[in-house]
Amino acid sequence: MSPLVFANNAPTLAERCKDAAGIALIALLLGIPMIGLTTADQGGSLQVLTRWPLLGAFVAAAFCGRLALRYGLDMLKQRRQTRDREAAARPGKRGVRSIRILELTGWLAFGIALVLPILFSDNRYVVDTATTVLIYVMLGWGLNVVVGLAGLLDLGHAAFYAVGAYAYALLSTQFGWGFWTALPVAGLTAAVFGLALGWPSLRLRGDYLAIVTLGFGEIIRVVLTNWTDLSGGPNGISSIPRPTFFGLPFVPSSDTGTFASFFGLEFSPMHRIIFLYYVILLLSLLTNVLVKRLRRLPIGRAWEAMREDEIACKALGMNITNVKLSAFALGAMLGGVAGVFFAARQGFISPESFTFNESAIILAIVVLGGMGSQLGVVLASVVLVLLPELGRDFAEYRMLLFGAAMILIMVWRPGGILSHREPTLRHQPAGEQA
Amino acid sequence: MALALQQLINGLTLGAVYGLIAIGYTMVYGIIGMINFAHGDIYMVSAFIAVTGFTLLTAFGVTSVPFALLVVLIVAVLFTSVYGWAVERLAYRPLRGSTRLAPLISAIGMSIFLQNMVQLTQGARVKPIPPMITGGIDVLTTDGFTARLSYSQILIVLVTVALLAAFTWLITRTSFGRQQRACEQDRTMTALLGIDVDRTISLTFMLGASLAAVAGVMVTMYYGVVDFYIGFVAGIKAFTAAVLGGIGSLPGAMLGGLIIGLIEAFWSNYLSAEYKDVATFSILILVLMFRPSGLLGRPEVEKV
Repeated sequence: MSPLVFANNAPTLAERCKDAAGIALIALLLGIPMIGLTTADQGGSLQVLTRWPLLGAFVAAAFCGRLALRYGLDMLKQRRQTRDREAAARPGKRGVRSIRILELTGWLAFGIALVLPILFSDNRYVVDTATTVLIYVMLGWGLNVVVGLAGLLDLGHAAFYAVGAYAYALLSTQFGWGFWTALPVAGLTAAVFGLALGWPSLRLRGDYLAIVTLGFGEIIRVVLTNWTDLSGGPNGISSIPRPTFFGLPFVPSSDTGTFASFFGLEFSPMHRIIFLYYVILLLSLLTNVLVKRLRRLPIGRAWEAMREDEIACKALGMNITNVKLSAFALGAMLGGVAGVFFAARQGFISPESFTFNESAIILAIVVLGGMGSQLGVVLASVVLVLLPELGRDFAEYRMLLFGAAMILIMVWRPGGILSHREPTLRHQPAGEQA
Repeated sequence: MALALQQLINGLTLGAVYGLIAIGYTMVYGIIGMINFAHGDIYMVSAFIAVTGFTLLTAFGVTSVPFALLVVLIVAVLFTSVYGWAVERLAYRPLRGSTRLAPLISAIGMSIFLQNMVQLTQGARVKPIPPMITGGIDVLTTDGFTARLSYSQILIVLVTVALLAAFTWLITRTSFGRQQRACEQDRTMTALLGIDVDRTISLTFMLGASLAAVAGVMVTMYYGVVDFYIGFVAGIKAFTAAVLGGIGSLPGAMLGGLIIGLIEAFWSNYLSAEYKDVATFSILILVLMFRPSGLLGRPEVEKV
């Protein structure tokens, strides 16, 4: 039935070896200056040291790895061809089912997030890590508005994260504001910075916008590092007050009553950890609901329309300026709120926490997760936070593995982990149920 | 007066280095339309190769500075271009034709990977090497300050000018240059005309990497210190230079590099050294506000 001819010309062993030998040669050339040779300080001047056995092992690994990879890929290709031929015979509808599965996964993830601190109430490490994951989820959702929905490439999201964190740190240490009162103010401050960044970049597209946002992020960081009177410079701001439970602090004892004494519990530092976890869970769920609702409002649809085709939007009379600025402001505000939480949780902030690497990780979360996908952001945050955590046993290699994983995930799924892009609104012909 | 002249000399030297790196960004952007975020780290790798090379030559008792420089330059260019090739092959080629953001993320991943690889294999410490070219010419003395043009600065500027001339010739006059420009305009059509597009793109990456290698060797010789983090800062500055000059334009990249070098030198001397990066990026933002396609860039024509 199919007019296609499936040609199968399996390479011979000699061809495979030749291919692998080529790769081994490249590995040798790459390895000589970095693995084979190194310099070390000996007696006041540099000396060259050699590591030929290590280089040999590296080249051998490249040779074997290439053989195995090539063989595996060929097998996979063959299997896929047979499967495709079989699948062509009987058409099925997979699209609708996968959406149902995604929805179920979302609820499942929500359920797990809800009971996690109860299950691990005596394991501080697990709850702490989960809180970090949720901070990144929140940052990812904020950036998702700008990058995923509005299609504006932002490489400086850490700037808004920093603005939120510093706004809370200053409001609380200088003026004695509480967490909950400072939260909206710091969020709005970040939104104002979002507008300040959005306004000059209105005319820019794509990569020009990317470099301007990158520059903006660096400007904020450099100013925070050097304006010592305001930000404490490289030393940062310490002893930032922790959030309280409706005025009840999480401390062993206090004359106005504490969380533990009010509820008649024995004091435990875990109370604060778990409370913080639920605060960030609440904040990120609010973010999720907000973004989900906004996507169905005219403004959300305008973002997605602008992402797909800016010229068409202009031709239809949309005010591109407002659409872009609102995306920047909302994304920045969400980033700022995450920053407030970060400052309150750490109790100490410094410009070190808001480098370009941070922006890159947040962007990686959005893109790896599948642009515009809310659940994808959660999955990518879990992967990117847990990966370095799992690698803690071989600590020196963890960032190396992190970089390699970013490349591999992209090569494996260029559209992100959840690349399925579902239109937010679907045209339903009359008399048909979704 | 002499102080200003000194800043001019320093700025031009620094700008020449940024310009060399920026050409790599601009060529890659021109041909496949992506920011090669790992380019700054390629430059850093070449600086490390230069440190190893210089130390090795000293250990073998080579005392002739021109000979050592030439050997290290050639070796660094060769090895670094293999790195350029490998980066393209591993992280970018599989992603060609997918979304615009996918290669950007794998490029950032590659940059993190290279930084940490060098940190692991070569150590996290700063590597110092003894100064190679000493001496210079006193140009002008006013108010007790002598502006000095050192021999290494002369060398950097001369090498940059020579390379820029060679590159302009390569791109505008040779058959490889024609293929390269054809790929920039329309990759599908170029492939239909029987040109190996993959090969052209690989060669572009290798050429960009070899320019970065020259910059890396020059910087190693000029400053005498190298660490695994230099690639990030230099990369960002050079990319800013490429955008400032108009991305995709070769003379633009050089011009952008010189402007950024001059701004940095004058700003850190007369205003404040801490805020020199703020100045660089602010000027970038201002230029882009009024000339969104850079100083020498062609305005992008949007087709509906």
